Amino acid sequence: MIVAERKTIPELVQILRPHAKILVLGCGTCVTVCLAGGEREVSIIASALRIASRVQELNFDIAELTIERQCDNIFIESAAEAIQQVDAVLSTACGAGVQAIAERFPHTPVYAGLNTTFLGILEERGVWTEKCAACGACVLHKYGGICPITRCAKHMLNGPCSGSREDRCEVRADRACAWQLIYQRLKDIDQLERLQEVEPAKNWNASLSGGSRTLIRDDHRI
Amino acid sequence: MNSEKFEPTIVAFCCHYCAYAAADLAGSGRLQYPPNIRIVRSPCTGRLEIDFYMKAFEAGVDGVLVAGCEEGSCHFKEGNLLAKRRVNTTRQILAEAGLEPERLRMVNVSAASSLKFAEDVRDMVETVRKLGPARLTKNIATAQTGAR
Repeated sequence: MIVAERKTIPELVQILRPHAKILVLGCGTCVTVCLAGGEREVSIIASALRIASRVQELNFDIAELTIERQCDNIFIESAAEAIQQVDAVLSTACGAGVQAIAERFPHTPVYAGLNTTFLGILEERGVWTEKCAACGACVLHKYGGICPITRCAKHMLNGPCSGSREDRCEVRADRACAWQLIYQRLKDIDQLERLQEVEPAKNWNASLSGGSRTLIRDDHRI
Repeated sequence: MNSEKFEPTIVAFCCHYCAYAAADLAGSGRLQYPPNIRIVRSPCTGRLEIDFYMKAFEAGVDGVLVAGCEEGSCHFKEGNLLAKRRVNTTRQILAEAGLEPERLRMVNVSAASSLKFAEDVRDMVETVRKLGPARLTKNIATAQTGAR
């Protein structure tokens, strides 16, 4: 899922300052699961903005709405009426959702209420970790299902950097060394011989380096 | 408004298993405490969400008191510990919004601690009185208290 976190209230106040009627628009998918921009968080952010408005005499008129998914036109439709009644939208979706709303409503300013952070998983209650860099050319099959692009601070593809201490990453001691995990995992599934293959330099053309990406599925197009 | 005459309105979210019983006991024992609080009974402080506190302030109260079981003796094991974290998070959000975080406080009171409950209420009322009105609504009757 996409993981995000809320911008601070002073940041949001600064962003929204030129506007009066504002819709805080939540998203019921990834950002609900990561407790950043779902219905509950929209309610909290809206309350905080109303309080900030009264304390700082800003005259914000805050409305709130949460739709199922902001990155899909079918669901965006259900927010159209509410959006047409406001001067600006504060979207608490990921960056994709914010842009989808902005494209759909070209005359309404749409702002991001969250910082979209990474693609990850819920590790334990209240802890999310990054697992995927969306590099566009997955190599997980070679590394026992542990991504060296995402989880090795140096993106090493042919073994550890030799800087790790015990099983900790030398860049961030609070992280496991990805290569320690890869070695252990390949050993556990009896695939250590995979490490003898030399991995050539990664082709980053499939990644964001070549600009934003488009995926076209002719078999699904109408 | 003269701060000496200001009578704050404070919502007290009280856990059914401890603070609410302590408040009841305080009443039975004829203990005096300021009438500025409005008690809302909750099945557990773990039920209380950040939104509840935010909405209370939005509605115009000057302070919110959260009274749960002593740590380690929650009827539902850890509800009061969850509440403690949520209260801390809410205080941070309130501070970001420009409101004094001291207006929200959590206390731990056992069902038998009517004296402590009365003392906690007195202390909270004094704290909020010193801070002055929150002034988040124009029409809240902060000067009129006395409801029990």
